[in-house]
Amino acid sequence: MSETVKQGAHKSYLEETGGRKGIFKWILSTDHKRIGLLYLYSIMTWFVIGVALGIMMKLELIAPGKTIMGAQAYNATFTVHGVIMIFLIVIPGLPAVFGNFLLPIQIGAKDVAFPKLNLFSWYIYVAGSILVVASLFAGGGPPDTGWTFYAPYSFKTGTNMLPAVVGAFVLGFSSILTGLNFLVTIHRLRAPGMTFMKMPVFPWTLYGTAWIQLLATPIVGITLLMVLGERIFNIGFFDPAKGGDPILYQHLFWIYSHPAVYIMILPAMGAISEIIPTFSRKTIFGYRFIVISTLAIAFVGYFVWGHHMFTSGMSGTALFTFSILTFIVAIPSAIKVFNWVATMHQGSILLKTPFMWAASFIFVFLIGGLTGLVLGALATNVHVHDTAFVVGHFHFIVFGGTGFAFFGAVHYWFPKIYGRMYDESWAKTGWLIFFIGYLALYGPMLYLGIKGMPRRYFDYLPEYHGPNILSSLGALVMVSGFLIILINLIRSARHGEKAEANPWGGTNLEWQISSPPSLENFDEIPTIDKATYKYD
Amino acid sequence: MSQVHRDDIGSKMGMWLFIFTELLLFGGLFITYAVYRYLHPEAFHLASQELDVPIGTINTIILLISSATIAMSVTAIQQKKKKLSLGLIAATIILAAVFLVNKYFEWGAKFDHGIFPGSEYLDQLGYGDVLFFGLYFFMTGLHAFHIIIGMVVLGFMYVYVKNDRLTHDNFQLLENGGLYWHLVDLIWIFLFPLFYLIA
Repeated sequence: MSETVKQGAHKSYLEETGGRKGIFKWILSTDHKRIGLLYLYSIMTWFVIGVALGIMMKLELIAPGKTIMGAQAYNATFTVHGVIMIFLIVIPGLPAVFGNFLLPIQIGAKDVAFPKLNLFSWYIYVAGSILVVASLFAGGGPPDTGWTFYAPYSFKTGTNMLPAVVGAFVLGFSSILTGLNFLVTIHRLRAPGMTFMKMPVFPWTLYGTAWIQLLATPIVGITLLMVLGERIFNIGFFDPAKGGDPILYQHLFWIYSHPAVYIMILPAMGAISEIIPTFSRKTIFGYRFIVISTLAIAFVGYFVWGHHMFTSGMSGTALFTFSILTFIVAIPSAIKVFNWVATMHQGSILLKTPFMWAASFIFVFLIGGLTGLVLGALATNVHVHDTAFVVGHFHFIVFGGTGFAFFGAVHYWFPKIYGRMYDESWAKTGWLIFFIGYLALYGPMLYLGIKGMPRRYFDYLPEYHGPNILSSLGALVMVSGFLIILINLIRSARHGEKAEANPWGGTNLEWQISSPPSLENFDEIPTIDKATYKYD
Repeated sequence: MSQVHRDDIGSKMGMWLFIFTELLLFGGLFITYAVYRYLHPEAFHLASQELDVPIGTINTIILLISSATIAMSVTAIQQKKKKLSLGLIAATIILAAVFLVNKYFEWGAKFDHGIFPGSEYLDQLGYGDVLFFGLYFFMTGLHAFHIIIGMVVLGFMYVYVKNDRLTHDNFQLLENGGLYWHLVDLIWIFLFPLFYLIA
């Protein structure tokens, strides 16, 4: 990267309060770093609630029959678990937290293009998430449709659909505005000399993600508005009794919600692409291919939504096309895996916590990806559709993908964010326990699904008991690991050792400035004359 | 921040991207329209004859003129003609209000005939009519909502130009407001033939 980016004796962004006090120095600040942390804290808060709901489900499934809740409560639990985890956590997750914190720094800018809009997006996010969480408590009971809000049940059920649907709509707005902000930032604010092909991979993946956020989210927005129209005005778009078509709802929903999976996974891939070269002490392998595959995933990802609906009723041609496209979208993902592994090859690997997360990411991502092909093939899909297999696959990709990358990213950039080091041995212990618990929790789901256990039931046949016990115990182990990680991070943010500017020997711009960075990141906007990830 | 940084091109780019999302928002409805028109061509044809073509035409002309006035106000401010610019923004807002009044009478007439979503009369007419009028009210309603937002935006522009926050060398915000207004106009250009004219 640039020679050395000089930094004078500036106060860090954490000390620079702009004359505000207490909580106001956070919620009124337009500094992209503080906004990133606002997202981090809000997301972590909702994540704890989402995990708690997940644990309740696993406790219910620890034995056949009713253990801690009945059918209705179980329906509500998996619905709200899904809505919180998807719309409140994994969709904003990496872009909103690390995108905000790092994008301007990595491209050599002082802030995003529209700082006020950025803060406003966070307010919209909070408003939406409060609506969603409120649906748990207010009025006619928590929503029970599943996070997909499938019509016509979503406008027939008497539960609190309104706050949940309005909340999801509002969250979409926040997502669109963040994507818009990042696109303009990347186009307009790159430092002199930083051409697109010299840009690190993480901003590249944010770029692909931002386009998906911008182009796909409006479709779910209008779909949710139509569900509101159904509920309030009884219009009939999706109501078979009035000539409407519920399948059309599914199409419209998945036109957004499948690309949304790439909103979740692309920045995760970006974070992994940052971690692996740093801890392998090697230039990333096939930078150009990684960039192109990022854009390819973003593009092809639009045209595969129908694979969620293989059993819903579509023409043979449509089934075949969606299946082929699903296989095609697996190719760029596989290219990335090859590139990561090739980057490690003959590298001088440093086994620090972020690398552990990255390596385990590749492992679980492979399982998630390959089980995805089982679902993408028409014949096998019919066998495992709506079984625990789908739940297992989904969690391997989304939790194993985005979740692992998120934890990896938290550890990797922790010194930069707080200017302190986390405790390495506790972090590794936490990771190990988490990883073991994780495999025990989701592995059995794949097996149970193949054996025919349907998803979204609070009860099951006695022959499924064994793997379910393993899965439930795995959940408890995983949560213990999560608590260790969380406590370690919170403690270290306050009491950890002081971190150097570049504790890992990273090559990108964020490692050339002090930890934590000053308010404006750079004293002088740097000039970039080298390719990214160059180790001399 | 030490120096206030202004990036007109970035600001315009952001507005265009936002307009793109708005088009896609309506895009979902256009798809729905296409699907149901394909399924019920006869009923859609008959139902569209219920709509008042003269009022629709007048409203189309009103919006086209309003697009012209807002474009002229951007040119006026560039030529330092503040008063003219203000007048043209005000004219745009007034035209928007006239559009809404017309819409109100149009909708009111439908309601008087018992045609509104969920009405018993409409349910008796059959699937095609239910869907046509469902789409009609939903899409023109959403469009009217965008008109109202546009009026609020232009109201702010009026105040900004008046306070000299926007001037001949700093008018990007007004241009963005104008772009938004053109979008609102453009959507109507599609809605009008789809509902009123298609046979």
